[in-house]
Amino acid sequence: MFQLSPAGIDFVKTELNRYETKRSAILPCLYKVQEENGGWVSPEAVNHLADVMDIPAAHINEVLYFYTMYNKKPVGRLHVQVCATISCAMNGARELAKHICDKYQVKEGEISDDGMVTVTKVECLGSCGTAPMMQIGNAYYENLTKESAIEVIEDLKKKSTNQ
Amino acid sequence: MEVKILSEHYHKDDFQGLTGYKANGGYEMLKKAFTMKPQEIIDLVKAAGLRGRGGAGFPTGVKWGFLPDNGEPRYLLCNADEGEPGTFKDREMMERAPHQLVEGMIISAFAIGSKKSYIYIRGEYDDSINSCRQAIKEAYDAGLLGKNIMGSGFDHDMDVYCGAGAYICGEETGMISSLEGKKGQPKLKPPFPAVQGYLGKPTIVNNVETLASVIYILRDGVDAYRKYGTEKSPGTKLFSVSGNVVKPGNYEVPLGYPLKDLIFDLCGGLKPGRKLKAVIPGGSSAPILTAEEAMVATLDYENLAQHGSMLGSGAVMVIDDSNCMVDLLGVTLHFYHHESCGQCTPCREGTGWLDKIVHSILDGKGRLQDIDLMDEVAGHMMGRTICALSDAAAMPTLSFLKKFRDEFEFYVREGRSKVKGQAHAQM
Ligand SMILES: Cc1cc2nc3c(=O)[nH]c(=O)nc-3n(C[C@H](O)[C@H](O)[C@H](O)COP(=O)(O)O)c2cc1C
Ligand code: SF4
Ligand code: FES
Repeated sequence: MFQLSPAGIDFVKTELNRYETKRSAILPCLYKVQEENGGWVSPEAVNHLADVMDIPAAHINEVLYFYTMYNKKPVGRLHVQVCATISCAMNGARELAKHICDKYQVKEGEISDDGMVTVTKVECLGSCGTAPMMQIGNAYYENLTKESAIEVIEDLKKKSTNQ
Repeated sequence: MEVKILSEHYHKDDFQGLTGYKANGGYEMLKKAFTMKPQEIIDLVKAAGLRGRGGAGFPTGVKWGFLPDNGEPRYLLCNADEGEPGTFKDREMMERAPHQLVEGMIISAFAIGSKKSYIYIRGEYDDSINSCRQAIKEAYDAGLLGKNIMGSGFDHDMDVYCGAGAYICGEETGMISSLEGKKGQPKLKPPFPAVQGYLGKPTIVNNVETLASVIYILRDGVDAYRKYGTEKSPGTKLFSVSGNVVKPGNYEVPLGYPLKDLIFDLCGGLKPGRKLKAVIPGGSSAPILTAEEAMVATLDYENLAQHGSMLGSGAVMVIDDSNCMVDLLGVTLHFYHHESCGQCTPCREGTGWLDKIVHSILDGKGRLQDIDLMDEVAGHMMGRTICALSDAAAMPTLSFLKKFRDEFEFYVREGRSKVKGQAHAQM
């Protein structure tokens, strides 16, 4: 059963008082839940959050399913998001995404066998002048080549397994 | 030549922090604003002719004038959702000069009589979120936000709100729904946000660049501001250039600047051996220009309208002759189909159909009548929906089909791209 950590509960309490209405706290609190639930928001986590926030789970689900940054199913420890919109597409983004998928033997949106990597193509991330680019976690990696992208991922994989 | 007003200090490492910002004249205009009457500031912005930099180009001072005088609390929302493909100017400003945005917002809030503002930043922009939060914190600590700012008697609170991945939240009423903690679905206008916005209260929504520009109108005055740009498009503007140029990036030039010079002088032109094929001048929603049109167009609202396109967000996407136009329309339509919020039938169904048809052409299964069908579907999507996303999908479609029809016909006939070496790059 998912439960927010004490710090997570404190976060929710603060957010509930931060805006003009409680409901505005849903978006920030869903980020917190996702962070503490290993990168995705499960149905149990929604129910738990609804209890803590004391608002209807339906309001939370409405938000959860509308926005793409909340993962509705589990993802690998490294969620590699490659922008495939127009300026990136013109600079080899789709070939890059395919290269990363082939390298880690995953289909788009699935998790590699070692649980490490999920690759998804996403829409414009506002980094079009430094295309092609990818986002992993919170960080942007720009002006990529096939080689430099793999280097970044390998590096993060090492850091993540050493933790 | 670039004219750097908004971006003058971008290259300075310490400009991000309050000390460095102040050392370069920061918050002097806020001080000046407090010596003026709010209405004087609104009149100044009106006289300067500042037009909204978020896409629609609506005159900012006029918008501010729509606020009803009914004693209700007023909100100021900064639109930092920056989702229009090709646009990355607001991100650079928030990362390099967050206090410039904060100062512009406090001045604007004072002008419109707002005690509370939010910067709505797209959730992916982690660096922008952090730098704006830091700037707001510094401003509170220095008495530039909160109660009785600089002894003026004016109170103002500011906060950052993070989106969570939805292009439609850049549309102002979608943004308001999102800030209210709901799905980011746009609402029918009127009522306009200035009358009934966030929580039903009068709300002004302005783009990052718009709000920062207010500082320099105060600093330089109307005549100096209007020295740059054209009669109908005064001032300088940030352009995000991407695609196939040698030096992509953000460039600040006076409005009315020749598109050709932006591409071939400032951005270093195209890669060796490449020829210009087309330019999208104002984000992916703007109708595409052929190379011939691009060589004579100037970057102002009226000239691009004459060419049947628009200035939009100032995102210039440069396309060379290695690209297949059928493929690029496919990428574009995938975007709009993915981002339609689904409330209006013409948009939900139309973007779905267009995406499906163009991809069947790309898969080699197209029929000649599909080209006319796309034309017809796009035609039915214009001007019939709650927000402009539907038009934003239809306009590129109609312009691609009109200006590059031969490539679409070739693709249908031969089952492959007219451009050599262009395989269908989808995975
Ligand atoms: C589909 C759609 C997406 C939009 N996205 C943005 C955006 O990312 N940033 C922005 O400033 N304006 C965006 N706009 C325009 C806003 O609705 C609004 O006009 C603008 O924020 C007003 O600010 P301004 O007058 O300062 O330009 C979008 C409009 C539409 C229809
Ligand atoms: S036009 Fe499209 S995106 Fe806009 S409100 Fe209607 S369905 Fe939603
Ligand atoms: S098109 Fe890829 S970041 Fe904008």
